[in-house]
Amino acid sequence: MKQISNEFSGTFICLDKSNVDTDQIIPKQFLKSIKKTGFGDNLFDGWRYLDEGTIDQETSSRMVNKDFIFNNKLFADSNILVSGENFGCGSSREHAVWALKDFGIKTVIAESFADIFYNNCFKNGLLALCLKKSEISKIFENFNENSAQSIEIDLINQVLYYGDSEFKFELDDYKKKCLLEGLDEIGASLKFTDQIKSFEKNYQIKNPWLFK
Amino acid sequence: MSSKTLYDKLWDAHHVAKRDDGSSLIYIDRHLIHEVTSPQAFDGLRERKIEPWRVDSIIATPDHNVPTENRAKGLKGISDSTSKLQVLTLEENVKKYDLNFFSLGDERQGIVHVIGPEQGLTLPGMTVVCGDSHTSTHGAFGALAMGIGTSEVEHVLATQCLIAYKQKNMRINIEGDLLERVSAKDVTMFIIGQIGTAGGTGFNIEYAGSTIENLSMEGRMTLCNMSIEAGARSGMVAPDQTTFDYIKGKPFAPSGDQFDKALDTWISLKSDPGAVFDNEFSFSSEQILPQVTWGTSPEMVSSIDEKVPEPRDFKNKENYEDALNYMGLKPGTKLTDISLDQIFIGSCTNSRIEDLRIAAEILKGNKLAKNIKRALVVPGSGLVKKQAEEEGLHEIFIDAGFSWRDAGCSMCLGMNPDQLNQEERCASTSNRNFEGRQGYKGRTHLVSPAMAAAAAIEGRFIDVREI
Repeated sequence: MKQISNEFSGTFICLDKSNVDTDQIIPKQFLKSIKKTGFGDNLFDGWRYLDEGTIDQETSSRMVNKDFIFNNKLFADSNILVSGENFGCGSSREHAVWALKDFGIKTVIAESFADIFYNNCFKNGLLALCLKKSEISKIFENFNENSAQSIEIDLINQVLYYGDSEFKFELDDYKKKCLLEGLDEIGASLKFTDQIKSFEKNYQIKNPWLFK
Repeated sequence: MSSKTLYDKLWDAHHVAKRDDGSSLIYIDRHLIHEVTSPQAFDGLRERKIEPWRVDSIIATPDHNVPTENRAKGLKGISDSTSKLQVLTLEENVKKYDLNFFSLGDERQGIVHVIGPEQGLTLPGMTVVCGDSHTSTHGAFGALAMGIGTSEVEHVLATQCLIAYKQKNMRINIEGDLLERVSAKDVTMFIIGQIGTAGGTGFNIEYAGSTIENLSMEGRMTLCNMSIEAGARSGMVAPDQTTFDYIKGKPFAPSGDQFDKALDTWISLKSDPGAVFDNEFSFSSEQILPQVTWGTSPEMVSSIDEKVPEPRDFKNKENYEDALNYMGLKPGTKLTDISLDQIFIGSCTNSRIEDLRIAAEILKGNKLAKNIKRALVVPGSGLVKKQAEEEGLHEIFIDAGFSWRDAGCSMCLGMNPDQLNQEERCASTSNRNFEGRQGYKGRTHLVSPAMAAAAAIEGRFIDVREI
């Protein structure tokens, strides 16, 4: 039975590029914040504005790049981003995921992801989902900047619905559970406390030089 | 017992528990911390009211955000108030949890990936993590070293473990002597050009072969450092006598009987003869000429005797057009015809003593070309700086017209005041040529320290072997 997850479904934005790196998702000057929020206005800052942004700056005074899809009002409420291969490569900065989340993106769809970025998504309740090249191409080809289209995601059955198409996607059960139930990963790992302690004790006997 | 790769051995030795989803809890030996990716993790600990699991595994230092001038002023030397707050927050967290710390005024302060090895805090067989993707550097010692996100920093602080899926095994073999003045940087850039920036995604890369065995530890660190630019979270070289000689006598390394005991373990850290790799590449050292990037991804790289390629020759033509447009380059331009505005020698890739020595050797008795507006040398640590000054290298750089700076990440990512101006073109020994990486609309060409020094003299790229 089709079980659409409303949270992860909605209208989408296409960024038809490969190797979108985390320096583009959130440029370095915004990493000086010691918080996890407030990055949304600076998502893709270098592409979204025509001037150089600084931290704590009012965005209303800035020169907007009207040609960049993220500034198109039709897509202001989009919560899905579709992009090409190796999305999120480069720096490990989790600020990239915080910026996407802050902007309102809940699902990132790409042909492939860089490892660290992929992990960071699920730790912040974002779904990162891989489709085949032919499937991504179909979405890119039909994308139209003059009208927002929707993608529906059935997280439980791992099916993406786009127009008349149904695309199956891979997702491990634990990540799915995290997204659906909002699991506390540290809490879950701390349930292994006895095992960690016992490992550590044996390990220290074998490798005493690693302990001061 | 079946044959294992080095990665398999390190994985098994740190495997604490298998989780229901197929991932594992992996025990972490060393946790490096800097000011940019840790504040939110420490906040998380406080929200949970828990303490770091094992304080002696942690070493902290400020590096990303720190100015490379006025170091004697300490925190007061940081003019940007948000940068200062971030460094101050690190100091507060260090104090609260009584962590090992190299402060701004300490000569041991520097880029985390330089100071770990330099202090003997990185050892063979270890698992090493840091909230920085270039943690792969430490794999040079036969360690399993991975960059992690801030949530994972918090997880490691809380549990001493990382949740990880086992990666596949890749081996890259390179045989033969490197050509004159071709270095580890050229090797890693060549590899990325061959396998692409996603070529290593999902893999641990083991580097092997006589070329790798003949590299110094500095060279191996440069090589492993850029594994992440090939998509691999970790890269490694099996430890050998070069490794053990480097470690011996380092401040935090084991000594006396402990060293001998450790050595017994370390010598077993290599892939078994019959070990199976999921993917394997082999190259000959003679294929590798000095490398220069011309685009906005490290895979957009060519040998110095080549030209800027035509976008239509690639499958994602638009990406290449965008890149050349950003870089202000026309297809067909000879790399040796690209003139430069700035030179940057530094970063966790190339700021170690060997890097400074080769750059100084080439610069000796020469001056910056007239069109070079600024040239920076930023040693990787206070101790690298000190060593270079003892060898008189600083005088060579200063005489040539370089600015001789204090340790930090500096213009590799330009979080501090060291940045390119708009459309300025830089020959940089760093690791990423992404748009805006070194400054808003700045243009980065990645090269080796030798090639950066040669470019400084000529004002344009030149094959360093012609100097």
